[in-house]
Amino acid sequence: MGYIIEMLNITKDFPGIRANDNVTLQVEERSIHALLGENGAGKSTLMSILFGLYKAEQGSIRIRGKEVSIEDPNVATSLGIGMVHQHFKLVQNFTVTENIVLGSEPRKGILLDTRSAEKKVESISKLYGLAVDPRAKIEDISVGMQQRVEILKMLYRDAEILIFDEPTAVLTPQEIHELMQIMRRLVEEGKTIVLITHKLKEIKAVADRCTVLRRGRCVGTVPVASTTEEQMAEMMVGREVNFHVEKGAAAPKDVLLRIRDLDVKNSKGLLGVKKLSLEVRAGEILGLCGIDGNGQTELIQAITGLAKAESGHIFLREKEITNLPIRERLDLGLGHIPEDRHRHGLVLDFNLDENLVLHNYMQRPFASWGVLNKKAIKDNAARLIEEFDVRSGQGAATPARSMSGGNQQKAIVAREIDRSPDVFIVAQPTRGLDVGAIEYIHKRIVAERDKGKAILLASLELDEIMDVSDRIAVIHEGEIVGIVQAAQTDENELGLMMSGSLRKTPKGGQA
Amino acid sequence: MTKRREKILLPLLAVLLGFILGSLIVIATGRSPVAMFAAMVKGFSGLDIINDVPWNTRYIGEFVINAMPIILTGLAFAFASRTGLFSIGAEGQLMVGSLAATAVALLVQAPRFIHLPLVLMASILAGALWGAVPGFLKARFNVHEVTVSIMMNYIALHLNNFVILNIFGSQDKVKTAFFPETALLKSPFLQSITRGSRLNWGFIPVILALVVFSFIINKTTFGYSLRAVGYNKDASRYAGMKVNRNIVLSMMIAGAFAGLAGSVITVGTFNFGRAMSAAEGYGFDGIAVALVGGNEASGILFAGMLFGMLKSAQPLMQSQGIPREIAGIIQASIVLFVAMRYGIKMLLERFKKQQAVTADGDRA
Repeated sequence: MGYIIEMLNITKDFPGIRANDNVTLQVEERSIHALLGENGAGKSTLMSILFGLYKAEQGSIRIRGKEVSIEDPNVATSLGIGMVHQHFKLVQNFTVTENIVLGSEPRKGILLDTRSAEKKVESISKLYGLAVDPRAKIEDISVGMQQRVEILKMLYRDAEILIFDEPTAVLTPQEIHELMQIMRRLVEEGKTIVLITHKLKEIKAVADRCTVLRRGRCVGTVPVASTTEEQMAEMMVGREVNFHVEKGAAAPKDVLLRIRDLDVKNSKGLLGVKKLSLEVRAGEILGLCGIDGNGQTELIQAITGLAKAESGHIFLREKEITNLPIRERLDLGLGHIPEDRHRHGLVLDFNLDENLVLHNYMQRPFASWGVLNKKAIKDNAARLIEEFDVRSGQGAATPARSMSGGNQQKAIVAREIDRSPDVFIVAQPTRGLDVGAIEYIHKRIVAERDKGKAILLASLELDEIMDVSDRIAVIHEGEIVGIVQAAQTDENELGLMMSGSLRKTPKGGQA
Repeated sequence: MTKRREKILLPLLAVLLGFILGSLIVIATGRSPVAMFAAMVKGFSGLDIINDVPWNTRYIGEFVINAMPIILTGLAFAFASRTGLFSIGAEGQLMVGSLAATAVALLVQAPRFIHLPLVLMASILAGALWGAVPGFLKARFNVHEVTVSIMMNYIALHLNNFVILNIFGSQDKVKTAFFPETALLKSPFLQSITRGSRLNWGFIPVILALVVFSFIINKTTFGYSLRAVGYNKDASRYAGMKVNRNIVLSMMIAGAFAGLAGSVITVGTFNFGRAMSAAEGYGFDGIAVALVGGNEASGILFAGMLFGMLKSAQPLMQSQGIPREIAGIIQASIVLFVAMRYGIKMLLERFKKQQAVTADGDRA
């Protein structure tokens, strides 16, 4: 079997960064080839070059053994290359068929020949087992179905090579399973698939071969069947990766955060948190787990001051903070890694150095007498970039918007940990991050615990909760339905509590 | 293209395109664009490059007079804009500033070194107060500042006219009695070196305002928090900033700049309070100045001088047989081209790419 795609010695520069450095990718026909790498490793850049969105400075591309010059996506399409983007490009109030034919509409005279278009869409859909209704409107179908419409769009244009850019990021576990089946079916029918991802489980599940990129360089290409997840992770990150969080036993001391009978309204004006009581001690990580939308957000926002408490009390050490302004809570030793890093965590239009003093810009040494000390702010950024390994193209002067998600999150973590808060509220700290960044952030959180801080960790990832926490509190419909020791529970028990069918209050009857 | 270079280059290109468009229109009306440019040069320098007429410094004075108020209203718009607010209330803030200046000029008797600062302070405070109203309503009840600031403009106009006509007793249904010398920015010295123009000490508060603007926005912690609120309210709140207080303060400071423009006109250009049939457009010119100036003090200074020059060139253009409206067209098209800066940027980048490709070809 020959190579259908050969990208040889590709080099691509962006201002301040070499996105691809002498990368070679060879994809066998009728196979699923995974492209693995951390965020910012250059996967998307490489595929954008193949799809004609960028032009490489050096290197050549051969399709079916013939050297080609892909100037723009139209050339790519005519070569049989199609791409399913991470963010779908669909017209919401058009039907499936209308979206698929957009740009190459079949005509009958001057009219759109909807019927024959629908027929063709239906037959392709059947052939690959996609089960898409050609007459449904996009706004009425699920995200998983919308993705299939994107796949159909390429098949309709006779694509032979399909590029999937992080296709599972938006899907539920069930939909992911179905997508895997579709991908296998596509290969059976003679297509070739390039799968961009940083999820090792998925590669293990479907891919035949895997090319690993790290910091723009090609680390190697391996057959998936004979390579373990650990080996691939090591290639991706450049060192051994611990899937398990290394930590000693917790040594809990005084209660630093105490919540008593807290009521908080949600955005619909109903009680999102009801009579909730909770304690977090110095030197422990309390995991807060629950199905999305069961009051986690409201609880965290009430503690940090972003939402108002209807009734009840919140104490930081001995001091009541229930109705204090946010600034005073922060000054009393509260730290917060927010759930939504773009909305709350960063000012995206500020540079990195300005973002790193978001809380304490008015304090010495960053300012005196109300005048900013730009040098101190810059030095602070340089120090944190170094210490927390935040990667940014232009150092302290990098606009936050231009940084990758993982590095944005690292910047927030750096800022919060550097303030050294006694009580640390951490929400969804690793959402959308790659293995290396996740491992790093977990390590820093555990290190803060070992320094004697009280940490409340809210996450929708059950693995994260079980790995990192010492105790786990399960929240269901705004109430704590149980608190268990992380070492003495399992997914099954937590799942039952999360769905509200099991209650488990610790001894003393006090949550 | 770096951000900094882009910030300077794009407005300059917009200005250039505006002048090219103006020239084309002049050519289309069958007249010479050379006469138009001569009028413009004379409009700000007093030099006549076509006719053999001696240097007339009077034009310089009048040009500065035109530029001063729109620089201040430009600062007003830009200041609110940096906090993410769209304030179009400079017109009304200027008017109440002017009214306050009139009141203090007529009612207070004091030596000049006390009286004049009092006049200026009164206009600043009045403008700030007028700006505080939409700011407060926005912060407290989330009423949109555009709506409130427009309405405040009408209230200011009619309040001004009512007070001038009924309380200060107008001379001829238009203006008040003349102010005492001690309340004026006027200077016989400045008038004498500009051949009797209305040039006055008003440029000193204008320069101070530019410095204060730049200092607050770029150097202070207060400016930092204003910019943070402007870019991302949620993150500012998360970081413990007082978002609502910042909104009110920002609108007040913006109003203060516009209020100062009122006294610069009333006790500088004129020496009496005036009743007006309609707003004079300084507020809206200020929006254009801030847009072209990129909401930065230095940019606003240049944009204000540019539009001031276009204003003073108008009568001169008319005397050359060129419709004065051309100046207005140029001003409007500059603003349009600035608004189209993303399109211009795209064209520039394509042009650069092509150049790079041909350069590659040459090497091969």
